[in-house]
Amino acid sequence: MSRLIRMDHTGHSTLAEWTQEDQAAFAAAVTAFRHELDQGYIGVVTEGEGRAMQVHDLPADAELVIMRRPIAGG
Amino acid sequence: MSEAALPELAAVPWRRRETPRTLRTRARLWTLTMVAHVVPFCAVAVGMFLIEPLSAPVSLIALAQAWIIPGLYAVRGANTVKPRGARLEQAEPVAQGLLGDLLGHDARELQRQTGLAMERGGLGVWLVGERGALLVVPGGRVVHCFCVMASDEQLPPSDRIAHLLLALRTDEQGFATVANHAFAGAPWRVRRRLTKRAKPALTAAVRAARSSD
Repeated sequence: MSRLIRMDHTGHSTLAEWTQEDQAAFAAAVTAFRHELDQGYIGVVTEGEGRAMQVHDLPADAELVIMRRPIAGG
Repeated sequence: MSEAALPELAAVPWRRRETPRTLRTRARLWTLTMVAHVVPFCAVAVGMFLIEPLSAPVSLIALAQAWIIPGLYAVRGANTVKPRGARLEQAEPVAQGLLGDLLGHDARELQRQTGLAMERGGLGVWLVGERGALLVVPGGRVVHCFCVMASDEQLPPSDRIAHLLLALRTDEQGFATVANHAFAGAPWRVRRRLTKRAKPALTAAVRAARSSD
């Protein structure tokens, strides 16, 4: 089961879940992912220890996609 | 760390991308700044005492200035990883769980004890806090202090750390470029200004940086 989550004031919220076989669930996840991008979030996929990659499209095979806010110098 | 550029770099197009070389230059400039503050005050203290021993109190004040001013810069550096903002205690356990999943076992334990997440990178060993990060360069002789934070003020503390950690893992040099450089100096200068809770994290990072040299 793959998950799309957003880090927010609740800790994190699960926006969508899908499996490789469930195309309808994946389509809903893509819609949710695009909505978050439109809200200014950045999609990130962790790639093992110490590595992460920004994603512009929702990868169907990723276990976990995290939406984060942009960072800036304080 | 991944090779892709951090999207936040678009907000700071005038900045040069940080590299080991630019960080060495920054460290040297901070050393020069410290020397420029300390040497004149020490010279004044010694000179005044030699000219007129009765001016010893003024000499002592000059020596105090020579000690205090570099210390204030180090405070500025240490404050970058000082916990600040709402603690959001209801949301924090959920955020802590996600952050724990992102960290390895040792880093997770260190973060829970000290509030700082240790991450090894190409530039050195990072300690990521809620609103800033420390970078101990290989060899462990210099620590760089950065101010950087997520743009959402409503995040629980562990989510703030996770934001910075994910950005760091996406593009380490880009992360160092986006962050505001606050101080560079010897780890002992920064360590003595850290909170008691955070001190072991810097000790561990220095040890890791020494072993990676």
